Amino acid sequence: MNAPPFPAIIPGYYRYSYRLILMNRILSKTQLSDDVFMMKVEAPLIARERLPGQFIILQINNDFGERIPLTIADADAEQGWIAIIFQTVGRTTHLLAEKNVGDTIESVLGPLGHPTHIERVGTVVCVGGGIGVAPLHPIVKGMKAAGNRVIVIMGARTKSLLIMEEQMRALADELIICTDDGSCGRKALVTEPLKEICGREPKPACVVAIGPPIMMKFCAEATRPFGVRTLVSLNTIMIDGTGMCGGCRVTVGGETKFVCVDGPEFDGHKVDFDNMMKRLKAYRRQEEHAHEQCHLEQAARQKGAAVA
Amino acid sequence: MSHVTRETLAAAAKRDLEAILQRGKPLTPKERLAIVPQEMPTQDPQVRRRTMSEVALGYTAEQSRLESLRCLQCRNAPCVEGCPVRIDIPAFVKAAGEGDIQAAIGIIKRNSLLPSVCGRVCPQETQCQENCTVGKALKDTAKAVAVGRIERFVADWEREQGKALPPSVKPETGRKVAVIGTGPASITVAADVRREGHQVVMFEAFHKPGGVMVYGIPEFRLPKRIVEAEISALQAMGVEVRTNFVIGRTRKLRDLLDKDGFDAAFVGTGAGLPKFMGIEGENLVGVFSANEYLTRVNLMKAHDFERADTPIFRSRVVAVLGGGNVAMDAARTAVRLGAEAVHIVYRRTEKEMPARIEEVGHAKEEGVIFHLLENAKRIVGDEQGLVTGMECLRYELGEPDASGRRRPVEVKGSEFIMPVDTVIVAIGNDSNPLIPRTTGGLQVTKWGNIIVDDTGKTSIDRIYAGGDIVLGAATVILAMGEGRRAAASINALLKG
Ligand SMILES: Cc1cc2nc3c(=O)[nH]c(=O)nc-3n(C[C@H](O)[C@H](O)[C@H](O)COP(=O)(O)OP(=O)(O)OC[C@H]3O[C@@H](n4cnc5c(N)ncnc54)[C@H](O)[C@@H]3O)c2cc1C
Ligand code: FES
Repeated sequence: MNAPPFPAIIPGYYRYSYRLILMNRILSKTQLSDDVFMMKVEAPLIARERLPGQFIILQINNDFGERIPLTIADADAEQGWIAIIFQTVGRTTHLLAEKNVGDTIESVLGPLGHPTHIERVGTVVCVGGGIGVAPLHPIVKGMKAAGNRVIVIMGARTKSLLIMEEQMRALADELIICTDDGSCGRKALVTEPLKEICGREPKPACVVAIGPPIMMKFCAEATRPFGVRTLVSLNTIMIDGTGMCGGCRVTVGGETKFVCVDGPEFDGHKVDFDNMMKRLKAYRRQEEHAHEQCHLEQAARQKGAAVA
Repeated sequence: MSHVTRETLAAAAKRDLEAILQRGKPLTPKERLAIVPQEMPTQDPQVRRRTMSEVALGYTAEQSRLESLRCLQCRNAPCVEGCPVRIDIPAFVKAAGEGDIQAAIGIIKRNSLLPSVCGRVCPQETQCQENCTVGKALKDTAKAVAVGRIERFVADWEREQGKALPPSVKPETGRKVAVIGTGPASITVAADVRREGHQVVMFEAFHKPGGVMVYGIPEFRLPKRIVEAEISALQAMGVEVRTNFVIGRTRKLRDLLDKDGFDAAFVGTGAGLPKFMGIEGENLVGVFSANEYLTRVNLMKAHDFERADTPIFRSRVVAVLGGGNVAMDAARTAVRLGAEAVHIVYRRTEKEMPARIEEVGHAKEEGVIFHLLENAKRIVGDEQGLVTGMECLRYELGEPDASGRRRPVEVKGSEFIMPVDTVIVAIGNDSNPLIPRTTGGLQVTKWGNIIVDDTGKTSIDRIYAGGDIVLGAATVILAMGEGRRAAASINALLKG
């Protein structure tokens, strides 16, 4: 769909004006696993400014849609696109997955958050769980480019849920894959190889862990006894993403921090994961209802399409 | 106090006005003072508790004229002294009293760009109306001439009649100005700078422009269509509005000037950093900043359970901490979302509440329960992290402090638990640090407010600032006044 023409006076037309600059057009769409998708989205301004570790907030419908944060998995400043990888877990991600190449996303805001602090420190262990491998990718890329030796540990429940194995293999000096059921790589949780690596001499200089909160919590617990600095990237509920609402707040070292502006990365040894996990569940009931509704609507639409 | 319907108020005003007009003689001051102060027609409290639509319905034409006739036309015009943008109040009220609404709005617009908004949200009782001679003569500020209500009437009339034409724009100068934020300060700058023929681009982080007027102040107090009309007027003048664009992240402030060809920039990013109490339990599930609670409802429309994707906490018993407009708005929103009981907890007494008096009254009518001289000590929760109650302390008024206000001091051992499932913190906002942090050389106070000189210029040449980002959380009218000043400086700069 093309941007509407530039009308002189139409009340409420401001909704469209940003499209003149930010088309947010979907350039490509790939299904990475059953419910994980990757999209390249035209967003030249964000692509120009973004650094590893930063995220965007997107919204599908400016009147009634919700705003959800997604990490920028990759970007090309010259070609003017960013890549996002998402799992269909809620209404917005479902609607997003239904979009196709050439469609536009109504609102995309970014790049938000502090970029990852990337420097040459020696050996870095990057741990990615499930969809967390996506946000980890630009960090691995950056760490490698800065001259570090990078060990990547990837974990998933089962083989079919592993994403970006190729890309990681191409970058990592050492790649360890773990699945809960042993269908690929080691039958173990990511914390197992993580502990082993922390026990090596010399110790790794730093660990970056991104994945489900429970995984990050246990990664932080695994490295704590070794005293290895451990960064985690938090994905809390957000609205504005600019520090205006405090909905994304977490407790870090006894202090309240806003993930969107103070993070998203924090010292994993200081994060109160239990509180964060409880806060993530604040709207669980409503979200489950919406998710269910989403599948029903989708089924109805598919049925409708089949009939037509 | 029982609710008087709009029809009753209108009929009484019609009768009184006709009686005055029939006499055909100018009114004596004594007769003016004898006119019944016109009450604002409102929706019935029982009805409005369940709807988001505007509570104050606005004067009828007769009410507006009658209220205007109460003005004594004081030569020294103390009301103007109380107005932050010095609207010629006696003149516009006189025109309104004569029924010449067009003239009245013309006079207001010489000084104010957003009369429909200000008529609704200005704290008139501490500005123009506080100084009003009529109020003084009747020994009650509440009986002062209702300047704000008349202002609202004439401004609404103009918009509804389709007579609010966008100001004319001088020939293009080829100069370009960036305006950051789309709140009242920024809207004013955009209009005033564009008028001179300069190109203006506004940048807004959210997906909709309007600032606090859109995400903070609820529909039942300030309908969003009014703000939309103001933005459309700017666009009709040729101002470009770029939403989803956060300065400091999507583009750095300095890059706008150094790389993108802007000749000047105005920063009107507001006071958007919610303060918390710093007490135990504040990160439990069910504790929100007022910003979050209000944004979910106003901007994201979470009250529309059917259509909106953004969820809102379904509360039964709510405590709101604070005594300002933000606290009233949050409490009244919670009422509308179906809470069984909503409590306002405020450390001082009602007299010190910074909220507009009218809103405190509305909140009470809607059943909000006020707990004065009380404050939260900690918030308690269950093992799932859900709020179950708030421990409060009672206060009493102690000795007057330097400012003459009696300080609240806590009563030892007065702790008690208020059972609630939701706590909304509405104790104010600090400045958002994003722009100062990403703009080297921009000087701020220790509270993070941008420092400007008396032309509105910051420590960096060609960068100006105004509104809440400079003043700390203040008011729409002050933001507008600051915008006016900065716009004048920018126009002078670009002329040279
Ligand atoms: C709930 C509530 C009720 C209120 N009630 C009243 C009232 O009754 N009467 C009254 O007079 N005042 C009231 N106020 C205060 C009043 O709204 C503010 O003083 C006024 O809006 C300040 O205007 P501003 O132009 O400085 O900024 P704002 O209105 O705060 O607008 C700033 C805008 O800038 C945007 N922004 C911030 N950072 C960036 C960035 N880096 N890049 C791009 N955009 C950015 C924000 O998203 C926002 O839209 C109330 C405030 C609140 C929160
Ligand atoms: S998302 Fe609102 S403050 Fe972080």
